[in-house]
Amino acid sequence: MLAPECKVAGAVAFVLVVVATPREALWAYGIYAGLVVLLATMARVGVRTLVRRLVIETPFLLFVVGLPFLAGGERVDVAGVGLSIEGLWAAWNILVKATVGAATMVLLASTTPITTILEGLQRLKLPPVMVAIAGFMVRYFDVIVSEMRRMKIGRESRGYDARWWWRAKALSASAGTLFIRSYERGERVHLAMLSRAYTGSMPEFSPRAGSLSQWAAAATLPATALAVCVWAWL
Amino acid sequence: MSALEVGGLAFAYPDGHQALFGLDLDIHPGERVALLGPNGAGKTTLVLHLNGVLGGGAGVVRVGGLEVAKPNLKEVRRRVAIVFQDPDDQLFMPTVRADVAFGPANLGVSGAELVERVMEALETVGMAEYADRPPHHLSFGQRRRVAIATVLAMDPQILVLDEPSSNLDPAGRRELAAVLEGLDLTMLMVTHDLPYALELCERSIVMNEGVITADGPTRTILADEELMRANRLEFPYGFKPDYVAGRT
Repeated sequence: MLAPECKVAGAVAFVLVVVATPREALWAYGIYAGLVVLLATMARVGVRTLVRRLVIETPFLLFVVGLPFLAGGERVDVAGVGLSIEGLWAAWNILVKATVGAATMVLLASTTPITTILEGLQRLKLPPVMVAIAGFMVRYFDVIVSEMRRMKIGRESRGYDARWWWRAKALSASAGTLFIRSYERGERVHLAMLSRAYTGSMPEFSPRAGSLSQWAAAATLPATALAVCVWAWL
Repeated sequence: MSALEVGGLAFAYPDGHQALFGLDLDIHPGERVALLGPNGAGKTTLVLHLNGVLGGGAGVVRVGGLEVAKPNLKEVRRRVAIVFQDPDDQLFMPTVRADVAFGPANLGVSGAELVERVMEALETVGMAEYADRPPHHLSFGQRRRVAIATVLAMDPQILVLDEPSSNLDPAGRRELAAVLEGLDLTMLMVTHDLPYALELCERSIVMNEGVITADGPTRTILADEELMRANRLEFPYGFKPDYVAGRT
C-alpha cells in the first residue's frame, strides 16, 4: 500500500507529463492509455468501472465537439462536411489529454479513500486551510444532501408538484433556506471548534510519511511517461 | 475549592435580548448537576459562558478557581468540556480518530501520547472499533458517544452536556446513561428529560427567564408540584418519580 502523498504526487506528475506531450505524437498517447489500463488491472479496478466513472468528463467534452466546425484555417472534406484541420487537432488534443487525466484521477479515487487523500494532500504541504475546506465539504456533503431531501419531502407532502415552471419559486426559496441553514450550521461548527481550543489553525497530526521505496514506486509511472514524452519531442 | 463558580452573571445578546439576569451558582468537584428549565430560559447561553465562547457581560465565571478571561481561555477550554446537542456540529473531521484528536492536538499533545489519549477516550465510550470510520457513517447514538469522546480526550475537569438524551432511541439513551455513569467527572447536564436527570444527577438547578428559580436535590425539586408547574417542567405520561431509586 503506497502512502497517499506518494500516490497523489505520482498521479499529478503523470498528468502533467501527459499534458506536456506534443499532440501529434499519437503513439505516445497509445502508450499512456496502455499504462493507465495496466495500472487499473494491477489495482483491480475493472475497465467498466473506469469507463463509468469517466462519464464525469462528458460536459467538458461537449464543447470539444464544436471545434472542428468552428475553427478556421485549412479544411478537409469528411463525408461531405468541411472540417477545420486545426480544429480537429485541437479537439483531439483536449479529448485525449482530458481522458487520460480523468482516468488517472478516477484510478486514484477508486483505490484511495477520500480521507486518506486529504491526509496525503496535507503531507504534501497544501495550505491547511484548503485541506480543511475540502475535508468539511466531504464531511458535510451527506448532511446537507439529507437536509435537502427532508425539505423536498416537506414540499411534496404539502402538495408541491415540481413539474410546472411557475412553481420554481418554492424551489428557489428552498435553496435560500438551505443556504442559510448550512451557514448557521457552519457557525455552530465553529463554536464547537472554539470549545475544543481551536485558535485559527488546524492541528497537524504526526505525519506517517511515505518511505523512499514508496516514493520510488510511485515515481515509476511519471518517469516512464516522461521518457515517452521526451522521445516524442525529439 | 469549587469546580465551577458563577457570580452575578448577566448577559444581553447584541440584538438587545437580555438572556441572563445575574446568576449565582456553585458546583463542587464530583457533583452531578442537572440544569432544568423551559426553552428560552437561558440555559444554553449560560453553558456558552462556562468556556468563554460568550462573554463580555457583567459577572464572573471561575473554573477550578481560574477566571474565564481571554488570557486563560486555552486552559479554561481544556477544563470545561461541552458536548453540543447536534453531534453533526461537533464531529467535523473526516474520521472519528481525527475528530477525537482535534482537541488534544490543539492543546499541543502529539505523537504516541495523542494516539493513546484518542484510543482511551474512544474506549471509555465504547467506540474504539470505529476509530477509522467517517462520522457520518455512524448511527445517531454512536455519533453522540463519539462527541463525548472528543471532549474526554482533552482531559477535562467538568463535563457539560446539552440535551444528551435528545433524539436517542431508548436503547441508545440507556447506553449513554451507562457511559455517563462510569465517568469520574463533575457534570452539568442541560436537559428536558426529567427521568434522566433523576437517574444521573443528585442535584438540580432550575432556570427560567434568565434567573435561577430553584436549586436543590433532584428528588426534592421534582416533588415540588408548584415549582414544576411554574417552570413548565413535566414528567412523561405515567412516570412516577417515587418508583425509581434515583441518584443520591
